[in-house]
Amino acid sequence: MTSLGRGASVALTDLEKSYDRVAAVAGVSLDIRSGEFLTLLGPSGSGKTTTLMMIAGFETPTAGDIAIDGTSVVGMPPYRRNIGMVFQNYALFPHLTVEENIGFPLKQRGMPKPERAKLVGEALELVHLPGYGGRYPRQLSGGQQQRVALARAIVFKPRLLLMDEPLGALDKQLRENLQLEMRRLHADLGITFIYVTHDQEEALTMSDRIAVMNDGLVAQVGSPEDLYDRPSSRFVAAFIGESNFLPATVRGMEDDVVVAECEGAIVRAICPGRPASGDRVLLTTRPERLRFTDGAWSSSAPQNRMNVTVTEAVFAGERCRYMLQAADGTAMVLKEPSSAAIRRRAVGERTEIAWSVADTILV
Amino acid sequence: MNLVQAIAGRVLPTTVVGLILLFLIFPIVVVMVVSFSSATYLTFPPPAFDLRWYKAYFGNEDWLRPTWLSIWVAAAVVILSTLLGTLAALGIARLPPALRVVASGLILSPLIVPVIVVAIGIYYAFSRYGLVGTPVALVLAHTCLAVPFVVTSVSASLSGIDPRLQQASLSLGATPIGTFFQVTLPLIRPGVLVGALFAFITSFDELVVSLFLSGSGAVTLPRRMWDDLRFAIDPTIAAVSTLTIVLTVALMGCAHLLRKRAT
Repeated sequence: MTSLGRGASVALTDLEKSYDRVAAVAGVSLDIRSGEFLTLLGPSGSGKTTTLMMIAGFETPTAGDIAIDGTSVVGMPPYRRNIGMVFQNYALFPHLTVEENIGFPLKQRGMPKPERAKLVGEALELVHLPGYGGRYPRQLSGGQQQRVALARAIVFKPRLLLMDEPLGALDKQLRENLQLEMRRLHADLGITFIYVTHDQEEALTMSDRIAVMNDGLVAQVGSPEDLYDRPSSRFVAAFIGESNFLPATVRGMEDDVVVAECEGAIVRAICPGRPASGDRVLLTTRPERLRFTDGAWSSSAPQNRMNVTVTEAVFAGERCRYMLQAADGTAMVLKEPSSAAIRRRAVGERTEIAWSVADTILV
Repeated sequence: MNLVQAIAGRVLPTTVVGLILLFLIFPIVVVMVVSFSSATYLTFPPPAFDLRWYKAYFGNEDWLRPTWLSIWVAAAVVILSTLLGTLAALGIARLPPALRVVASGLILSPLIVPVIVVAIGIYYAFSRYGLVGTPVALVLAHTCLAVPFVVTSVSASLSGIDPRLQQASLSLGATPIGTFFQVTLPLIRPGVLVGALFAFITSFDELVVSLFLSGSGAVTLPRRMWDDLRFAIDPTIAAVSTLTIVLTVALMGCAHLLRKRAT
């Protein structure tokens, strides 16, 4: 057994939860490391919130196990788990002041008043709300309420903090500020964060690792870079960021690279498995990794090239977005950083595009 | 055209509502005016202003004794029905939806069944145990009638509470009992208080059940008024009525304020 860090480790083993024989969580296994910022990302109904509620103790698993620091907590009531939790819409007690809200978990632990006041003060400092202790939640803005909820969830120094779409109700600007603040808080406290969201940008910005969930299962776990650059399935490629999908036929393998025929061109792609020659497969690539070559663009890295026709051109400020059509009709998107020095493409123009083999993934 | 529209749009509805209100309030106003009469018999309009009937009420043990009994009975009913009603509302909220309908239907049944039927039933049941004519019988019977009001009021408050508040409390280390006293109860307190006020009014104003159960040993104020009307009618009854009306309106006003503050 390794020595315990400041954060708890959480192990989910074949976790299942069914309601009336309908599985909300259908067998989730996940190892969350001590001190990690892990995000459960997925569309609504993917089972991410149910998974979180089982870790918190508000839902009982139908099957499987949850272990915190190596000890199973299945059957342990939520008030004994010592886990901090931030809820959607904050769930601050409306009849208590900010101070009393933050002091609530300390009071439950029998801490005397003077000590409580000191810790509450420190927690308010930590979330940049000193002097707000005497107010009631309804007198605060949404962002301030969220900070109070955060302070209340960490004031008793839990080793694990659960967050259920905590920024969902806030506007974009505030959300971005609080995302950075949560990252900073995570680094300062060193405790384990499990964060639930359906917002992929939020997940990419904040997480050490992301578990993408779909239909009650974990579709893929990895760092934001892993998921973005090497999606393992069409679902992950489509859910995180924007992707082009190219149907192709496998023609052979060159070491770890698969050679496939696609739109009349030979395309090479990164491939974890070893598909057989003649297999029909799907290749994926990101729109911002495609370039117009104008017949000349070259790079030392191995590339794929393809002839396309521009079908739509949209100027979107920081970048230009082109809809392209390949030889046999597959639609693709190309995003190019905008610059007055770069020639804008006209609709109907026939041209060639290229992209790195490293940016082409077989899913 | 404009005049017709104005009459149809504003004048007509205002007049109709005004007439309805007058129809409802007029008898009460007459009673109140008559209570300040100097005449020795009930007549309207009164010949002169006088407080003699209020003095008659406050100086007469035969009026004050029933008044105090009514107050004590109502107070006991408030305690019992608030306790039972609040617990019932909490229990109902935890039932599966199908059972919830059955349980609240049963609890509300004293309001649905005609009072006279309830009164006869309680009379026969209590006479077997020799309870008729005792304040205990009145307290028990009035509690039956008051519990539905408490349950309704507390249930409404409960349904307005975000279930995540209770989850938050548990996640912060409060036990289920701690959560009830520190989170749930403070949040439903306005509903509980409104229920308690209605329980008081229900008991204090109740006549039909009291007619059966008072006997001669436990005469409540409404029962005393009933007897007075039947045997010797003088404006004291108007003074008593006015006092009861004022008390009831004041309590209803409190209930209204509590509800407003809760939202």
